[in-house]
Amino acid sequence: MSYLSLTDADREAMLATIGVDSVDAFFDQIPPGVRFDRELDLEPPLSEQELVAHLEELAARNVDTGREVSFLGAGIYDHYVPALVDAVLSRGEFLTAYTPYQPEMSQGILQAIFEYQTAICELTGMDVSNASGYDGTTVAADACYVAKHATGRAKVVVTEATNPQVRQVVKTYAVGFGLEVVEVPHRDGVTDPDELRGAAEDAACVIFQQPNFFGCLEAAPELAAAANDAEALAIAHVDPISLGLLEAPGNYGCALAIGEGQSAGNHQSYGGPHYGFLAARSEFVRRMPGRIVGETLDAAGERGYVLTLQTREQHIRREKATSNITTNQTLLALAGLVHLSWLGPQGLRETGETCLALAAYAKERLTAAGVSLAFPKQTTFKEFAVRVGRPARDAIREARAQGIHPGYALGRDYHVLDDALLVAVTEKRTREEIDRLAEVLAA
Amino acid sequence: MTKLIYERSQAGRRASEIPRPEGLTVPELPSELRRAEPPRLPELAEPEVLRHFTELSTRNFGIDTGFYPLGSCTMKYNPRVNERIVALPGFRDLHPLQEEEGAQGALELMWRLQEILAEVTGLDAVSLQPAAGSQGELTGLLLVRAYFDERGDTKRRKVVIPDTAHGTNPASVTMAGYEVTPVATDPRGNIDVDDLREKVTEETAALMLTNPSTLGLFDENIEEITSIFHGAGALMYYDGANLNAVCGISRPGDMGFDIVHINLHKTFSQPHGGGGPGGGPIAVRKTLEPFLPVPAVIRRDDGSFGLDYDRPQTIGKVRAFTGPFGVFVRSYAFIRSYGPRLREMSEVAVLNANYLLARLKDAYDLPFDRHCMHEFVLSARTLKREHGITALDVAKRLMDYGFHPPTIYFPLIVPEALMVEPTETEPKEILDAFCEAMLVIAREAVEEPELLKKAPHNRPVRRLDEVRAAKRAIVKYGFDEHPAPNGEPVEPRQLEAQKGA
Repeated sequence: MSYLSLTDADREAMLATIGVDSVDAFFDQIPPGVRFDRELDLEPPLSEQELVAHLEELAARNVDTGREVSFLGAGIYDHYVPALVDAVLSRGEFLTAYTPYQPEMSQGILQAIFEYQTAICELTGMDVSNASGYDGTTVAADACYVAKHATGRAKVVVTEATNPQVRQVVKTYAVGFGLEVVEVPHRDGVTDPDELRGAAEDAACVIFQQPNFFGCLEAAPELAAAANDAEALAIAHVDPISLGLLEAPGNYGCALAIGEGQSAGNHQSYGGPHYGFLAARSEFVRRMPGRIVGETLDAAGERGYVLTLQTREQHIRREKATSNITTNQTLLALAGLVHLSWLGPQGLRETGETCLALAAYAKERLTAAGVSLAFPKQTTFKEFAVRVGRPARDAIREARAQGIHPGYALGRDYHVLDDALLVAVTEKRTREEIDRLAEVLAA
Repeated sequence: MTKLIYERSQAGRRASEIPRPEGLTVPELPSELRRAEPPRLPELAEPEVLRHFTELSTRNFGIDTGFYPLGSCTMKYNPRVNERIVALPGFRDLHPLQEEEGAQGALELMWRLQEILAEVTGLDAVSLQPAAGSQGELTGLLLVRAYFDERGDTKRRKVVIPDTAHGTNPASVTMAGYEVTPVATDPRGNIDVDDLREKVTEETAALMLTNPSTLGLFDENIEEITSIFHGAGALMYYDGANLNAVCGISRPGDMGFDIVHINLHKTFSQPHGGGGPGGGPIAVRKTLEPFLPVPAVIRRDDGSFGLDYDRPQTIGKVRAFTGPFGVFVRSYAFIRSYGPRLREMSEVAVLNANYLLARLKDAYDLPFDRHCMHEFVLSARTLKREHGITALDVAKRLMDYGFHPPTIYFPLIVPEALMVEPTETEPKEILDAFCEAMLVIAREAVEEPELLKKAPHNRPVRRLDEVRAAKRAIVKYGFDEHPAPNGEPVEPRQLEAQKGA
């Protein structure tokens, strides 16, 4: 199957107009030594029907969260995605458009991005949001680049209780940025503000996660204050679904707020594509990475939207750009906007409350079943760590045999937590499923 | 004017209903962490949410709407079957931390895609992780760094980039901690080899090259260029933005490139979603494989598929998990529908471009008069000099004829550039209609220039004041304090700067 539209007669007529005998004439410019002289070694073409059958067969060999009760989180969550999201995203006018370089052709997506930027600013308490970054890891690296240039400093601090993949990506980028990365250990599942204050000395920024990777609530205002005391930029990595209940980073002294957007509007999709958000106080607007949409007027004096502040960007500024980002995650950010519009402030708060209540119930049931909390003194949101008294991988295998995925093995990232599971409870879980989890982990 | 969704909001209205498990209490959060004021998200009933976004969609133009010859963006048809496939629960609802035995189908799909991309690029190993072309560039440059660091060759800090390159190339070079060495283009549109020879030194780490270039021309001296770089101990990086021109015709690995990124959202039809997502896998020569990001997707000896984190020389991770999986599903499906006919796909893309070029080259300036590959660059230089009509005016007028404009003001070395890429999926009638419009516009430029200056005339908005937008920087809705336009006409000051690519 192909998606070509020319008939043989079309091809003949076009070659005649061009004045050549065959398409080979166009390839004369390729030196003979680098022409490919055989057929690509690929499997034969499939019809649409065969293609669907083949991909269905591959999909069937995956155990998705519809086939197994899942308490997996650790950065990607099984939240409910309303049908409205898929309906809007299936509009070809959005789905099949390129970046809105020509605003008169692209008012729809430009306005949607402007509305998305507004939603992100409302959630985070910030003044400006970009049109999205790749995911919750790369926006952390982007934020370090902002901080490096804003402060002229060459060190960044990340708490150890921040998602390990975020830290790994920051370290990878730091090589190119010329930044040293310092990690501040957690103490009983949270970060000690005094310890952070010491590490923040001479740092361009301090990145912490709220709720942190273990699901624990950090003393976020104190962590931000510790960064600010050292004149380092305080950067909070936050979960959008928590922000109906938890204070906005802009309201406790953060310079930037970043995060993984998947919780709001994106299917799990084996890790992507999703979107990362990055928002900042207005003083950093001209250092922002990525696309930003601004409001303006057209020739008739009517309101309209354009890509703006483009002198920051690679296609104008080239090697002096604030980032190399070009393609971003607009469609996934649009999904986030649709989801947040469906929720509204009340729905967002209630989603958070349901997660919180179910997670509390799960903690209660699991401890009653003899499973201990890894950090019993800490307050948590939708996720928490437990110690199962045996290698977590064994517990996962046993639970999966009974149709439950009990969570993430923390030992993969924290060696002293080999018997620990990170359990995520979204609003999609039920009391009955939680009861089963408790039974399975007790056994 | 269309209302913002926030302007449609009514306090107390809502679409969602959230399950509230009976008999459970919501624990109190510590007051110092609790949100004081709720975020002002929209408050609408569900039908109005859908109508709002449907209305916005009618104010947008996609490849589904019509011809979209935005040069270097490869706006081809996005098969709908791929959307059906990516929504299969086994793909859509799969958690990225699922155990390997519960994700064999996903892992096999990625492994197969890696094998395909290695074959198409003529290289040995692939990492699917980078999220977009520009992240592929940065990843590739970090591989270059790791490669030379491992050899103790730390003086190489310069990357050669031709003046036709995408802006992402120099931006990525800076982010990788390297410096740009620019190289000129010769009168045939190839890299100026004499200029190049002087610029490649023992401090040169790599060349970054798009081939065919952003002029749509295959570099006729590619073999000599390769020998200059490899002779100097430097590496060759291939920007795969224009891979749609050469699938099955010429492979970057065979040209001598050591690292390639592939834009899945261009050549392999991932819909671009109004700005993204994309996918930017990289393919490399064997010598660079140890440095690739982790995890690697592997096939084990027992035939099962898995993730390998045990790569001591890896540069690390550039993105979460294994990459944008949904993009892989669509691109894999796209490639499987073509198979070896990918060559025909590229041939038709090149045929379509040459057909447009043949029909338009007398009405516009053609800076490099030779057959093109999958795209070509015209110039409105004469129209500007003689009639005051710019590339921007031509672009805006095309909208009135129902076409998305080409990329304009890029590449930078061509004044008043119009960069046209039709792709392989357009029928001849559409190509002809586009040519007619371009020819009419060239006449209008002479006879009725004001018609072009004021274009577009039938879009939802007139020309927009980009200068005002940048000066005032209104980047979010201001609720009660949001400025209301007074309806006075304004001078729509537009930036004659790159739009597209």
